[in-house]
Formats: sequence, C-alpha cells, structure tokens
Amino acid sequence: MRSVVAAAIGLASIAAATVASAEPPAGAAACSGCHPSAARGPSPVTRLAGRDRAEIIKAMQDFRSGARAGTVMDRIAKGFTDAEIQAIAAWYAAQR
Amino acid sequence: MKPTRRHFLELSVAATAAAALTPRRARAQAAGPRVVVVGGGFAGASCARALRQLDPRIVVTLVEPNATFTACPFSNAVIGGLRELSAQQFTYERVAADGITIARTSATAVDAPVRSVTLADGAKLSYDRLVLAPGIDIRWGALQGYDEAAAGQMPHAWRAGEQTLLLRRQLEAMDDGGLVVISAPANPFRCPPGPYERASLIAHFLKTKKPKSKLIVLDAKDAFSKQRLFQAAWAELYPGLLEWVPLSKGGNVTSVDAATRTLTTDFGKHQAKVANVIPPQKAGRIAEVAGVADRSGWCPIDPATFESKLQAGIHVIGDAAIAGAMPKSAFAANSQAKVCAAAVATLLAGGTPSVPKLINTCYSLVAPDYGITVAGVYQPTGGQLADVPGAGGVSPSDAPRETRKAEAVLAEAWFRTITTEAFG
Repeated sequence: MRSVVAAAIGLASIAAATVASAEPPAGAAACSGCHPSAARGPSPVTRLAGRDRAEIIKAMQDFRSGARAGTVMDRIAKGFTDAEIQAIAAWYAAQR
Repeated sequence: MKPTRRHFLELSVAATAAAALTPRRARAQAAGPRVVVVGGGFAGASCARALRQLDPRIVVTLVEPNATFTACPFSNAVIGGLRELSAQQFTYERVAADGITIARTSATAVDAPVRSVTLADGAKLSYDRLVLAPGIDIRWGALQGYDEAAAGQMPHAWRAGEQTLLLRRQLEAMDDGGLVVISAPANPFRCPPGPYERASLIAHFLKTKKPKSKLIVLDAKDAFSKQRLFQAAWAELYPGLLEWVPLSKGGNVTSVDAATRTLTTDFGKHQAKVANVIPPQKAGRIAEVAGVADRSGWCPIDPATFESKLQAGIHVIGDAAIAGAMPKSAFAANSQAKVCAAAVATLLAGGTPSVPKLINTCYSLVAPDYGITVAGVYQPTGGQLADVPGAGGVSPSDAPRETRKAEAVLAEAWFRTITTEAFG
C-alpha cells in the first residue's frame, strides 16, 4: 500500500514537472509563514529547506499522534495525511 | 546586482512610463506571460514574489501607491506603548530586487474582457492574469456618525499607520481614571481576534500607567475568536479594569458622536475619554470597480485557484476574498498568495492547478509575555474553503504560563519570518 502511494506521488510529481512550474505539493507553501525559508537571523522555528526527509516525516507524524508536544504543530499536523506529509517532506528535503 | 534605492526608484519610474509604451509591452509579451498584482500588503507582495520564484519568465508588476508598507499584526503593541511604529514598516526595495516592477500608483479601473488595468495617471497595463489584493476599506457611514472626519477624533486604527499613532497619543494624553471604549464590529472583518488583543494591550497599558482607568469593549457579537482564552486571561490579569459587553447585553453600537466621544447602544450611552471605533468593513475599492465584489462587499472566489467567481482571469486574495473558514489574517493572506501564485503559474503554462491545502495561525498577545494562538488547516470542499476535520483549534485552556510565554516569543518570530518572506 505504502509503495503504491509513493509511486502515485512520484507520478504526480513527474506530471506536474511537465507543466513547467514547480508547483509545491498541497500544504507545503504554507509552512514558510512560520518556518524561515532563508537563513536570515536567528529563529526559534526550524528551517525546513534541505532538512532530512525522514526527519520531517517523523516530526509531523509525532506531532499528529501527540508523541511530540508542540505549540501549534500538534494542531496543524492533524490536518495532513501520510501521503501529504511524505510529499511535503520530499519537497523540502530537495530544497537548498 | 545589489539593490539600491536608486535601482528601486528607476524601476518605479520605468513602471509608470511602461504602460503607455506599446513597444515595451510587446517586449514583455515576448519575454513571458504578464501578471499584474494590485496591492502590496501581505497577500500582494507574497504573491508577486512567489510568482517570480515559481517561474522567472513571468513578468510581474506590483501596483502599490505607498512607498512604505505598515503592517497591522503587532500594531496593537504600538498602541499599548510596547513597540515603535518603525518596527511595523517595510519598503519594497527587496521586492523590486526580485525583478518585480513596482508601479508606485493606484489602480483606478479594470477592463476584464480586454484584460487591462488602468492606473491613476491614465496609463493602462495589459495582463494575462490579474491578482487583486486590495485589503479592506472602511464602510464610511455604515455606523451612524462615523465618517472620515470622525476617525480623526475616534480613531479606528484598523489600517496601521497614522491612525495607530493617534490612538496611542490619545491614550498617553488621557488622565488616570478615564474611560476608554472600544467598539467591535459584527463579522466578517479584518483580524477576528484583533479587537480583543487590542483590548488586552490597552488594559496592560492602563494597568501599568493609569490604574484608576477603565476599559469597556462594546461588541456587536455574542462570541469572538479565542474567546475563552481571552476571558480567562482578562480575569487573571485585568480584573475590574476590562469589561466586555456582548450584543445580548447591549453591546451593539448604533451611532457615535465624535465631538463628545459618545457611543450610543440600544441600551444607553457611553461617554469616553478615548474611543476606538472599529467600524464595518468591505473589500478594498478596486474590487468593487473590477466587478469582483458581490453584494456583501467581499469577493467570492474559487477555493482552489482564488480566481473570482464573477470575472474570469482575475484572482482575489487576502482580506478582500470570501475564503470560507479562513479568517482575514496576514498569515491566511500569505498562505493564499502562494497557492494563488502556483495556480496562476500553472494556468499560464496551460496546466490544471492541483487541489491545495492551506494553513492559518494567528498569534495574539494578552500581555507582553502572554501569547495565545488559533490555528487551522483548510481545503476546498463543496466550492468553499473548509476546515480539515480534526485539525486546528486554539491553545490549550490549561496550559502553564511557560507555554503562554513561549507563544509570545513565537509570535515575534512569526512576525519576523512572514515580513521577511513578503518584504525582506
């Protein structure tokens, strides 16, 4: 099941790529409202670009399950499916 | 190339001249599709920059008359004497450095079938897609007695800038023991928790500087954003100082008299030493001119692309849009801007935009070291942006003071990050 989902995400990315613009996966663009996209000055909020994919997935899953405490991320992570989390994590991991 | 003030000014001048020159328009067309963004707030500036990031071939013009943007989030801290207005102000130099042409003027008309925007100087800008991010306008006259002249006596301070400073000066000049009244409007309006954060930070100012004073919030509603958290904090921090009067207890202000600073409700009159009237609002004027506002005064949009439901080729983002469950906040505006930019870039490339997910987080300060939040995740559902079930909500009601402190620190961090993304 998981590999089917992953394959589907892969296909979706390829399809999107042929349409020219690198449209971020659902939800990904919103993260930079809080997570600094550029290393400009210190921030208590984690920078996501270039971070390890598995690390982002685990953080989101732990926020969602309550295994990890958050101030707002616990409430936000509950709005995302496994497939969406994987797509977002892959997209940020690929950023520099 | 390092952006300089001169570079910025040259771009501005070029932008104003460009519209009249057909050769330049032809060049722009050859260079790539043209997007005009009207309004340089959180929505407009974020969208213009996101478009350039997604596809540098897109020729983006940002139409904005002000050289300096003054941010509303945290402006309540300026009113409460905790922050200077300069910390709220940003220029468009970095936005211009992204290759965005800044037209330092206002848009006065839109010809949707021809796909052209008319600027204040009469010049016309052709577009392939238009993004309107005009923010709010005050509905002058909707509250009897409240017009532009009255706002000079009873500031609204709901668009940050001179009005913010006027309200602060009035509070500073008031004798200890004075009555401060805030009038809060019915839904929908910009920044749903804003009136209550403002009440909190004015109460903090009074408690610290003028402790014999009193603050009354007259509300046209019986419920408001983060209500339980605000009320619990008020009981703890400002007992006897801050009184909230809901609609059902006579809170609805029906008229005001600026000369005597009197606010009249169905139940009586309140004569204030300082009165802050947060009046009814509507989408910024260009929305109505462009024909994208409906009879509510706000703009119905497609929840996946933010394209107007009333005019093809025009997208509306930020406070002006009817965004379903999403509040009119800077975070929502920025979130919508990026989704809209992706949809516009995809449409211009001949593709089909994907189904988006959006996020909102609103921080409010109840005191300088006491922050609370509401968050939400949204997706298109039945033609509207709806809450994703099970997600979002407010800070826990039983959180320890360390959590409130942490959220106050995170509020500042959020402001730095979002203003950097939009303007920095």
